[in-house]
Amino acid sequence: MTQHVLSLLVEDKPGLLTRVAGLFARRGFNIQSLAVGTSEIEGLSRITVVVQLDGAPLEQVTKQLNKLINVIKIVELEPDQAVQRDHMLIKVKTDAASRGQVLEAVNLFRARVIDVVSDAIIIEVTGDTAKCQALLKVLEPFGIKELVQSGVLAMGRGSKSITEKVSK
Amino acid sequence: MSQELMTGAQAIIRSLELLGIDTIFGLPGGAILPTYDPLMDSKQIRHILVRHEQGAGHAAEGYASATGKLGVCIATSGPGATNLVTAIADAHMDSVPLLAITGQVGSKLIGTDAFQEADIVGITMPITKHSFLVTRAEDIPEVMASAYLIATTGRPGPVLVDVTKDAQVAKAPFVWPPKVDLPGYKPVTKAHGKQIQAAAQLIAESQKPVLYVGGGIIRSRASEELLKLAELINVPVVTTLMARGAFPDSHPQNLGMPGMHGTVPAVTSLQKSDLLITLGARFDDRVTGDVKSFAPGAKVIHVDIDPAEIGKIRFADVPIVGDLKDVITELIAEISSTQKKKPEFAEWWKFLNGLVERYPLGYTHEEDGKLSPQYVIKRIGELSGPEAIYAAGVGQHQMWSAQFVKYERPNSWLNSGGAGTMGYAVPAAMGAKVGQPERLVWAIDGDGCFQMTNQELATCTINNIPIKVAVINNSSLGMVRQWQTLFYDKRYSHTDLNTGTDTAMVPDFVKLADAYGCLGIRVEKEEDIDAAIKLAIETNDRPVVIDFIVSRDSMVWPMVAAGLSNDEVQYARDSAPVWDGRE
Repeated sequence: MTQHVLSLLVEDKPGLLTRVAGLFARRGFNIQSLAVGTSEIEGLSRITVVVQLDGAPLEQVTKQLNKLINVIKIVELEPDQAVQRDHMLIKVKTDAASRGQVLEAVNLFRARVIDVVSDAIIIEVTGDTAKCQALLKVLEPFGIKELVQSGVLAMGRGSKSITEKVSK
Repeated sequence: MSQELMTGAQAIIRSLELLGIDTIFGLPGGAILPTYDPLMDSKQIRHILVRHEQGAGHAAEGYASATGKLGVCIATSGPGATNLVTAIADAHMDSVPLLAITGQVGSKLIGTDAFQEADIVGITMPITKHSFLVTRAEDIPEVMASAYLIATTGRPGPVLVDVTKDAQVAKAPFVWPPKVDLPGYKPVTKAHGKQIQAAAQLIAESQKPVLYVGGGIIRSRASEELLKLAELINVPVVTTLMARGAFPDSHPQNLGMPGMHGTVPAVTSLQKSDLLITLGARFDDRVTGDVKSFAPGAKVIHVDIDPAEIGKIRFADVPIVGDLKDVITELIAEISSTQKKKPEFAEWWKFLNGLVERYPLGYTHEEDGKLSPQYVIKRIGELSGPEAIYAAGVGQHQMWSAQFVKYERPNSWLNSGGAGTMGYAVPAAMGAKVGQPERLVWAIDGDGCFQMTNQELATCTINNIPIKVAVINNSSLGMVRQWQTLFYDKRYSHTDLNTGTDTAMVPDFVKLADAYGCLGIRVEKEEDIDAAIKLAIETNDRPVVIDFIVSRDSMVWPMVAAGLSNDEVQYARDSAPVWDGRE
């Protein structure tokens, strides 16, 4: 099983996400995470998808994606040449006794508290997948009541842009 | 540039006219009614009213496959649209340029479970090359032009245009030619020069090459170039089910069809080859059998316009993305400039010609007194000739039609290869006859297939489309029955159709033909076969249906059982070819 981060530049058309997700499903490619949003160019969106492959070469995935008319460009982002970030909101059970320890973990991980009530706090953390998972592990003993996370966001390092040579 | 104000419905018809469309197949209903009104006034477009939307879809496919042009079908929303789904899937599998236009409920009603509402764009996403939902009249010219471009260029395929009722009714300025903006659609047609050289190099080095030819040759109109290349390099040719007719069967270099029911020489040539020159073929499982043991000693040159086909099943030593017509032309130029004399491949041809001699296509007569289906089909081909068009359904009769009719030109053999759609033949033959009215058009059908779409005989009779239908009637789902004979201990679970002369005979195909206004003929004796075929060929004032009562125990041979290696090809039942060294 191998894991790859793909960045897709796509036309922002109705049903686009269904086309992309449907392709992964019917070709038997596993989506590990998916993040979608507008790009700096109006009418174009950016999809970051983490795909897990068992057997099929990555080339098959990119070639099949390229056949979708609304997909303009696909780039694989190699870990050493790209930055990757996860974003999580974690609601942790706290009481007077545990709150101190939880806040200590928040500080150590350079996370932030964004909501506090007497018996719980919401923590926001941004970082690579390993860091976010490590924080989760530390918080787990206190009781995680709720967890939401974005898919992985990724961008190539340096001054180049995926939208270069793309005009709209 | 015209700027006439017109309704979306008028814009659909005007766009079709400006795109050069002369024929569409369809059936109206509520959500497409606005478009049917201006259609009535079109002097350019002939609309053929079908009896079932699936018939419209396959007719458009048959039209496209026989002419090489875009096939167009039209239906209403909901069930009208879903009835097109099988034909759209079929076109997707066989790369048929097809435009399906469907009406959709009003844009304000979408998502409310309105009457005859179905999310046809969603339903067909996996089986279309692309699809459009149009909710504004002003978008119609651009969408129609884009749909035409996508369906007919690159690797052809089906495109769906779903137009809401309000978009058909609203008025907008008609702008033509529209701006077509498809930044994500750039099919590569011209090959990389270095790859052409690499391919020529591999060909020069090979001892046992084979031209493995697929349907792409036909879609790319590259038959002439293929013939030149094959003769230049003196390499044997195998033509897949989709490529029958891409290379003349009469040519001594043609070894026939490879695959599950391929000829022994074709199947064996691939297995023993050291180089597959793969042109517009996709290593389908029905060709390769067990992939791991397929052509184990061969390097692969793979030319296809769809990059995703290259390396999908089999690694390509030399991958070439491009239009076959251009790629082969370049390859010929490259080889001509480097090749000193025509290669002989003496050993290789000696081996292959030995197989051709020892293992010709054949069949045995069964003992039940019924006709041999292979003989019937052979005679249809011989009496009709290579200028005719032959459309088949799916099953035994399809394989026999691929084997025993001799094809000399592209677009003469129409069938449902990838999807295996029973019921394809009659509507496809109808579409082919509309597209090529001067040609003799046969639907060679099975008794199972025929019962799925024979309602289009009404369309043929009413619209004066005199197709000939040969029902190869073995009173059963023959191919399934063959597998039950071979692999399920002759337990014939639900394959009996009772259409034979010694059964309940429901329906009686001759009476059915009569009811549809066709000439119906039943043939039970071998000596009557030729006369019936000749009468059918001569009868052009109405369609003809010939009910050929054939043996149900006839089987398709040779055969490589599903999932087995092509090395296990059986020439006939319990009869494997004998290889040199084991004799």
